[in-house]
Amino acid sequence: MLSTAVSLPKAGFLVKQPGPRTLILDIGRYGYHHLGMTTGGPADPLAFRWANRLCRNDQNTTALEVVGGLVLESTITTQLAVCGAKTPLTINGRVRGLWRSHRVKPGDVVELGFATEGVSAYLAISGGFKITPSFGSTATVVREGIGGLNGNKLEVGDCLPCGSYENSEDNRCLKLPKGYRPVYGHHAMLRVIPGYQQHDFSRYQQRRFFSHEYKISSRSDRMGCCLEGPEIRPNIDGILSEGICLGAIQVPPDGQPIILMNDRQTIGGYPKLGSVLSLDLGQLAQLKPGDTVYFEPITVDDAHNILHLADSYFKKIELLVC
Amino acid sequence: MNITVAGENSLIIYFDQEIGLDVSAGFSVEASAKVHQAVEIITNSLGDVLVDLVPSYASLLVIYDVFRTDLHSIRPQIRELLTDIDQAEKSEGQLIELPVYYGSESGPDLALIANKAGLSIEEVIDLHRSQEYQVYAIGFAPGFAYLGEVDERIAAPRLATPRQQVPCGAVGIADRQTAVYPSVSPGGWNLIGLCPQRMFDPEATPTMPVKVGDRVQFKSIDRETFLSLGGEL
Repeated sequence: MLSTAVSLPKAGFLVKQPGPRTLILDIGRYGYHHLGMTTGGPADPLAFRWANRLCRNDQNTTALEVVGGLVLESTITTQLAVCGAKTPLTINGRVRGLWRSHRVKPGDVVELGFATEGVSAYLAISGGFKITPSFGSTATVVREGIGGLNGNKLEVGDCLPCGSYENSEDNRCLKLPKGYRPVYGHHAMLRVIPGYQQHDFSRYQQRRFFSHEYKISSRSDRMGCCLEGPEIRPNIDGILSEGICLGAIQVPPDGQPIILMNDRQTIGGYPKLGSVLSLDLGQLAQLKPGDTVYFEPITVDDAHNILHLADSYFKKIELLVC
Repeated sequence: MNITVAGENSLIIYFDQEIGLDVSAGFSVEASAKVHQAVEIITNSLGDVLVDLVPSYASLLVIYDVFRTDLHSIRPQIRELLTDIDQAEKSEGQLIELPVYYGSESGPDLALIANKAGLSIEEVIDLHRSQEYQVYAIGFAPGFAYLGEVDERIAAPRLATPRQQVPCGAVGIADRQTAVYPSVSPGGWNLIGLCPQRMFDPEATPTMPVKVGDRVQFKSIDRETFLSLGGEL
C-alpha cells in the first residue's frame, strides 16, 4: 500500500467550470433499495475502474464522471488520470493523453473538452476525493438529491476536497497499453440474460427483438436508455409493480424497449424480457442518440463465466510505467 | 412460490400465482405478508452473498454477489430457506399511526373527490382515516410508500396533468392507493391533506417510519396541531 498524506481541509480541486454534468461518484449505493433508493454509480464502470487503477487506488475510490467538459484548478500536488470517452484533456493548456496518470501541482488548471467518441469520461485522483458517504456511498443521484457534495452535480465554485499525494516508494506515472483500451464506436452488441416475464412474450416477439437493430433515442438518460425500432408486444398489459435490476429490458405499451440503467427507479410495472449483461451496459452508456444496438441471448451460466473471466483479465493486465 | 431469473445476479421470487394476470384485481395482503417474512429470512441468512433486496407487492427481487455464489447454489438455498413460509406464523408488521391535517387548505383535491363521490368532505376524510392500510411497496422516490387499499368510494384516478410541484408531506390518492410524498417532487396523485411526519429523513434512524409489510392508519389532526408538529403550510 502506498502512503498518502492528507493535507489541510479545503485543499483539493476548485471547480472553475462544471460543464453540463459532472457527478461525484464511487461504484454505487448498495443495500438501500428497500428505502426506494437506486444504485447510481459510473455508467461505464470499466473506464471508472481503469482511472482509479492508474492512480493506484482501490476500485471503489471516489472519482468524477464528466459529460461535456470540465475545468478544475488544483490546490495540491497529486496525480490524476482520465479514462473513458475520447475527450480532449489539457493541463495548463498543454495537451495530455487519456488512459495514463499525470502529475499536477498547486495552481495547475485541468481542462476536459467535449468528447469526440463516447459520452462519459472518468477523472480519478490519487487517494480519491474525500466526500462523506450517504447511505454507504458517495455516488450522486441528482433525482434523489443524495450523494456527492449536496446531492447535486458540480457547480462553479465547488471545492472538491482531497489530500496531497506524497509517495515515498513510487510516484512514477502509469499508463494502460493501447491494445487494452476500450474503443467506443457507434454500434454495440448487448448480451441479454432472458428472464422476468420472458414467457409472456411470444416466440415470434422474442425473435423479432433478437433479430433487429434498435436505435438509441434522445430521451435516454441515467435512468434508462430508450430504444427505437420494431415494436415488441407482450401477451399481457402490465404486471404488479416489482423490483427492477440493473440492465432490465422493460417494454412499455408503445412497444419500444427501455434498458434500465444506474439511476433507474427501483420498482416498475412494465413487462420485462430479461436483463442486459452489466459488462455491456458500459458500452451502451457510451453510445449517443442515433447509434445502434442489437441483442444476443446468453444463459446465466455464460454470464457468470464472462463476469469471472472479465474480472480476472482486468486484474492481470499490467500497467506500464511512463 | 416461484423463483425466476431476473438478471446476471438477480432472482425474483413471486409469492402470488396471479402475478402478471390482472393488476386491477387488487393486492393481496397475504402475499405482502410473505414478502415481508421472506425479507427477514433472507436478510438474516444470506450474509455477504446478498447485495440488495427489492420487496414489492407480491414479489421480492434478490440481488446477489456473483463472485461469492452462483445461480446453482443460491436458487436452491433460497428455496430451502423459504420452504416453510406458507406454514410460518403470519407476521403482521407494525401498526404505524401517521397524523394528517385534512382540509381544503392542505388538500386541494379534497372537494373534487367529495363531489365525484357524492359525499361531504367530512365523509371523505372519515373514509380515508378509518381504514388500516398495508405498506405494499416502497419506490418511485426514496421513502415513497405505496399503501392500499382505499375505500372504493374515494378512489380517484391520477390527475390528467401531474403537478409540477407537490409539497413534502402531501397525502395523495391514486386509484385505490394512497401515499405520503416524502419530498417535494412532481406528482399526479389527488391531494387531500398534509402529514407533518417526515417519511424519509437521511439523518434519522430509522430513515423511514414504515417498511414493506407494516400497516398504517391515518389520524386526523387540526391546523394548530399540524403546525406544532413541525408542519409547514
